Amino acid sequence: MTDNPNDLKPGFADPIAGSQDAFRGLLAAMSYPGSIHRVHLPEGHPAPLSAATAAVLLTLTDGETPLWLDEQADQGAVRAYVAFHSGAPVVDDLATARFAAIAAPRTMPALDRFAPGDPAYPDRSATLILQIEDLEGGETVTLTGPGIETTRTVAPKGLPADFWAQWDRNRMLFPCGVDVILTTGDSLMALPRTVHAEQEG
Amino acid sequence: MNAETQNSARDHTNNPAPDHTNDPAHDPGYNFAYLDEQTKRMIRRGLLKALAIPGYQVPFGSREMPLPYGWGTGGIQVTASVIGADDTLKVIDQGADDTTNAVSIRKFFRRVTGVKTTEKTAEATVIQTRHRIPEAPLREGQILVYQVPIPEPLRWLERRESESRKMHAYAEYGAMHVQLYESIARFGRITTTYDYPVKVADRYLMSPSPTPKFDNPKMHMNPAIQLFGAGREKRLYAVPPYTRVESLAFEDHPFEVQEWDDACALCGDDKSFLDEVVVDDAGTRMFMCSDSDHCRDRRAAGHRGGAEGAAAEALAAMTGGTDDGSNKDRAEDWAKDREAAQ
Repeated sequence: MTDNPNDLKPGFADPIAGSQDAFRGLLAAMSYPGSIHRVHLPEGHPAPLSAATAAVLLTLTDGETPLWLDEQADQGAVRAYVAFHSGAPVVDDLATARFAAIAAPRTMPALDRFAPGDPAYPDRSATLILQIEDLEGGETVTLTGPGIETTRTVAPKGLPADFWAQWDRNRMLFPCGVDVILTTGDSLMALPRTVHAEQEG
Repeated sequence: MNAETQNSARDHTNNPAPDHTNDPAHDPGYNFAYLDEQTKRMIRRGLLKALAIPGYQVPFGSREMPLPYGWGTGGIQVTASVIGADDTLKVIDQGADDTTNAVSIRKFFRRVTGVKTTEKTAEATVIQTRHRIPEAPLREGQILVYQVPIPEPLRWLERRESESRKMHAYAEYGAMHVQLYESIARFGRITTTYDYPVKVADRYLMSPSPTPKFDNPKMHMNPAIQLFGAGREKRLYAVPPYTRVESLAFEDHPFEVQEWDDACALCGDDKSFLDEVVVDDAGTRMFMCSDSDHCRDRRAAGHRGGAEGAAAEALAAMTGGTDDGSNKDRAEDWAKDREAAQ
């Protein structure tokens, strides 16, 4: 890892088509919670961000969206990448962030420290990008809610130990609450605040 | 993982995207899909929040579009923000692909994106609509974009946005039930026939846009993604797939959809939404499907309605649709056919 700005990684080969295609992946992911989507990837991504995390940042953030980076993600190369390709201001106060890129979710701050929006404007809430170890192979959780016909089983690996308990509290805030995008490598899944999660056993 | 195969949304592989700039069908004088990238990003963020809060109206910075408010500027901005070069677009107005609004919007997108267009519901990946939901069932991954004039279902009960916003915040929807009740008290039934209020995912009261209430049940648990755009009112909202959409009603006055004594004069369908058409100066009336693609599909499958001879041909021509947008004067054709027949 280097802080050399000459090491700036490239974004989408075609920013217009690339972000459109990546957005459709996000749209499908948010519409069908828990479904896994490979997204259109940028040509390069700065460590420690995964390609999918970088794709989400390039697709959704710009000068109007304060971005919070966790300690792991807050690297010179990441800041340079964000500053050049997206222009999102990187903020220290996580409560003001509209987006958060979290490279070490196991030690991340509690979900309730991020902006949940307010009852009149629940859309003014944070979207958290959690870069986890794997979208599969973890503890099995059964999801229900809008976007899921009956139930959908997911097993993301690398979430904070009490994530699903936190998620339950987040869901209670509806219509407020944060929305989560889980990424690994070139793939992602989304957990909109409406999702109800039931742990096995 | 079965979630992936279960999902018929496009496969988002990392293949290089097509280069639009050299696409002869895309007017290079405009950015792809007309809007600038900053605007698309804002709308895209709004759409994701809209899906996360089903039925809630997300404010957005609606842009000036090259057509007047009331012609679908909200729907166009939503479509422009989701559409890609490999999409297939269908545009309908009152169920038909060949009415003025639908033809001009289809032409607009063909010019600024170069995408394929279709009249067939099953072939479309993105469907922009005004006033109808197609009769053919939609599938997972398809996107239905509604053009919405008045997104606020409480607007005629409470004019102040500051108040209606609070009513939504606290799910304070008693006034809407009172209005429906007053309708029952005066007329013996709920007289609202279009833009019939619905409750989405048991929380937000939502205006389904001026679709006939006939279409309300199609919104419920629909596998497709339903997105709504109101350009003048600057609001986006959404109904995610497989989401409960309940039309307001009372136990003793349950929700009912329109029914017709007639069937479509062309295809004989007595289940679809029918338009009444005056066919001659003597005031002869006929009913035909409002969904032109549905009607054509049924005729192609051999279904026939009551209309015969020249009248049937003329009506068929009226629902025929010309995808090049060169909408001939069908009334003239029809008059000629009539003369020939007499």
